[in-house]
Amino acid sequence: MKIAVCIKRVPDMETRFRIAASGTAVDEAGLKYDLSDFDGYAVETALQLNEKQGPGETVVISLGPDVVQEQLRKALSMGAERAVQLKADRVPTDGLSIARALAAELKDGGYDLIFFGRQAVDSANATVGPMVAEMLGLPCATAVSSLDISSGRGTARRDLEGAAEIVDFALPAVVTIDEGMPRARYPSLKGIMAAKKKPLEVRAAQLGDESLTLEKMELPPERAAGRIVGEGPGAVAELVRLLHTEAKVL
Amino acid sequence: MQDFFDIDSVLSEEERAVRDSVRQFVDERILPIIGDCYVEGRFPREIIPGLAELGVFGANLPEEYGCAGLNNVAYGLIMQELERGDSGIRSFASVQGALVMYPIFAFGSEEQKKHYLPKMAAGEIIGCFGLTEPDFGSNPSGMITMANEQPDGSWILNGAKMWITNGSQAKIAIVWAKTNGEKSDKSIRGFVVPTDTPGFTAKDQKGKLSLRASDTSELVFQDVRLPKDAILPKSGGIKSPLMCLTQARYGISWGVIGAAMACYEEALAYSTSRVMFGKAIGGFQLQQQRLAVMLTEIVKAQLVSLHLGRLKDAGTFTPQQVSFAKRNNCDIATDIAREARRLLGANGILAEYSAMRHMANLESVYTYEGTHDIHTLILGQTVTGLSAFT
Repeated sequence: MKIAVCIKRVPDMETRFRIAASGTAVDEAGLKYDLSDFDGYAVETALQLNEKQGPGETVVISLGPDVVQEQLRKALSMGAERAVQLKADRVPTDGLSIARALAAELKDGGYDLIFFGRQAVDSANATVGPMVAEMLGLPCATAVSSLDISSGRGTARRDLEGAAEIVDFALPAVVTIDEGMPRARYPSLKGIMAAKKKPLEVRAAQLGDESLTLEKMELPPERAAGRIVGEGPGAVAELVRLLHTEAKVL
Repeated sequence: MQDFFDIDSVLSEEERAVRDSVRQFVDERILPIIGDCYVEGRFPREIIPGLAELGVFGANLPEEYGCAGLNNVAYGLIMQELERGDSGIRSFASVQGALVMYPIFAFGSEEQKKHYLPKMAAGEIIGCFGLTEPDFGSNPSGMITMANEQPDGSWILNGAKMWITNGSQAKIAIVWAKTNGEKSDKSIRGFVVPTDTPGFTAKDQKGKLSLRASDTSELVFQDVRLPKDAILPKSGGIKSPLMCLTQARYGISWGVIGAAMACYEEALAYSTSRVMFGKAIGGFQLQQQRLAVMLTEIVKAQLVSLHLGRLKDAGTFTPQQVSFAKRNNCDIATDIAREARRLLGANGILAEYSAMRHMANLESVYTYEGTHDIHTLILGQTVTGLSAFT
């Protein structure tokens, strides 16, 4: 099968972020970057499908400046055959712009499946996958935690709060991948060497006008210091009262 | 840890990718279990398939033998990351790659290379290296293990080796022995000895307070009969095993930096979270002195090993330069581990933290593969032209 996986470069989310001087971005100094977690699952899912189902092609696509080539190379070293960078000075805030550029790239690609992570772990919009599906007129299964593909159809499980859905759809289709799918393999050292020789095409991203812009970014307010209401069993009544009347959690 | 000297900028994209992949493996698969392994005195065999899949065994040997064909800087970075986990894990990989696969590659026949190297890269055959003997450590030329050629071309091996990493779990041992009754170190040859050969026994060395997550054994050979083709045909003289040690010491010079990095990172994190006298202890001058020295020595060691790796890739490095790096880097890593343990106060003695485990491990690393003192004498001889060994 021919599978496209759209991936995003994201900062390590365990970082203590600072806001850059512009006020509309995080300060990139000292940040480490990697493939977004869910995108890693998506690459792994594509590789395993093609490994199981015989000859196929996994193509990874990322939109952004040249630094995204690092994540594309990582996916190539995991085993993807080919990579495409849709070059842009920055990754727009507007998911619609990104979806437009990706749809233009994917439209005539002849893909059986187009994978995304459920959401990028940094911006957490979860919009680009469904928008691309809409633009291409394809079925879209989101937040999929298991997937079976046979005879030109897909069956996917979606784990929801307190329930699960099983959905069925015809290929080609767009699928956004959630936890539950296999974790990304470690790029093997041979894979890393082989990735050097694999094709990585660079094309200008056709973003169009942005319909949504980022105005301001701010850190969550500092948490106020805790309050000690008393000590020992005698303080329990007061604590319960405050949890009830002030914190309103009881 | 923070890349204070922007050393990443002089690494290639592949070198960084190799390091990051091994780093992730160590973070996810080794760090969560290694404290317990150490306390239990157990080498975590369960990680061997993962390490093989990653391709760390003999990673700087050519692809035609199933290896990754990496340059020596990438290889060094692998050692750094493994030892950030534990010196025992790095020792396992060093022995497999530099002390067993390398001599087969350098001194073996084409048949031996084709037979062993791909299976060793895949982790299907584990090897060990027998040079040191109970009475011959720093002076391997004095070894008494002897292999005598028989009229039919086969060999009979007798002797004993000690301090053998991987000894009890190895399927093959590279054994260095004098040959045909000759006492001269010129008669030393290498043999590939399957460990299930009758007369071969391996016994765990008990009571270790260091490298507890590593298999260390004593080997005994009693009339071990080896076929004609067990000999490594291109080995000859003490120089051959010393060439292997040069490979392994190069990796050690990188490895110990990893242990030092782990200790520094742990100490730094602790210093900013542990509050005493009303403020984080990192705000006290004594702890800052510790951290500043650790950072400085780690960066210096990284630059030494990196430059040495570039020289090795260019084919111009010397064994004396490797002695320099092994000696310096083990020395500073040992100091850093001890200072980190001290910074951690009482918590520093717990297996939950890594500093004391690294501190104890590094005492072995300081001592094996040429003790600190022997490397000092090598450097002394190099600069004065005068030997102080005897």
